[in-house]
Amino acid sequence: MVPLQYYLALSVIMFSIGILGVLLRRNAIVIFMSLELMFNAANLAFIAFARYYETLNGQMFVFFVMTVAAAEVAVGLALIVAMFRTRGTIDVDEMNSLKG
Amino acid sequence: MLFADLLFFGMAVFIILTAAGMILSRNSVYSALFLVLNFGAVALLYIILGAPFIAMAQVTVYAGAIMVLFLFVIMVLGTERLRETEKLPAQRVITLILGVLFIIATTIVVVIRSGPLAQLQAPPPGFASPADIGMTLYQKYALPFEVTSVILLVALVGAIVLTRQNQAGRIDFPTRRKR
Repeated sequence: MVPLQYYLALSVIMFSIGILGVLLRRNAIVIFMSLELMFNAANLAFIAFARYYETLNGQMFVFFVMTVAAAEVAVGLALIVAMFRTRGTIDVDEMNSLKG
Repeated sequence: MLFADLLFFGMAVFIILTAAGMILSRNSVYSALFLVLNFGAVALLYIILGAPFIAMAQVTVYAGAIMVLFLFVIMVLGTERLRETEKLPAQRVITLILGVLFIIATTIVVVIRSGPLAQLQAPPPGFASPADIGMTLYQKYALPFEVTSVILLVALVGAIVLTRQNQAGRIDFPTRRKR
């Protein structure tokens, strides 16, 4: 088997690509997908550690992270749709006022 | 054993390429499809790591439900080709430099300075079987499991409230109605 650190390195790289996506892109939906990529990186680290310590707790955490991510996606996409309806764009640079 | 190692490296390259394609592609529909491929490849890694239940949940919940929701919103809004404005040109350069520095720093801390390589042992037979998962979920994690249902209910109500329109076609935020 590949050592644990290789999985952690892959997780780090995925997380960093997610951060780069959030900082580089201006499309709110792509920023949101980059967030999902970061969730996924954290999940991979959880699963790798669960295998290393041979315990199920890490897998349970991933299960709950997935549930919360599903709820977060539903609310976040609803927010993006609401922003698109009021401002006509989902470019995050255009969103510079709190009052809609 | 050798086959599993080769599979890991192939999957790692594939995951990094699809993640990079996700943030680099100009069309958000392609971004979403790259992310589906990425989730599928990570699910394969979960199977290698002895987590078949999580792998299946990943494919159905993430690659299935969540990404379909993303594609739905992208296509309904029609913003797949967003004109990217450039108000802070220096930010892009600084982001790239700091991002590469972050990757180097975290890799040094996590991989190189964490001591000798931790070899993964073969798990005990029956590890993470569906029965095992079910027992842990409903005994040790029964309360978080119930709290999850409240979270999903709140998200359901919140999504409906946020996207509901009144007669004039405007979004009917609860605070706006009081005025």
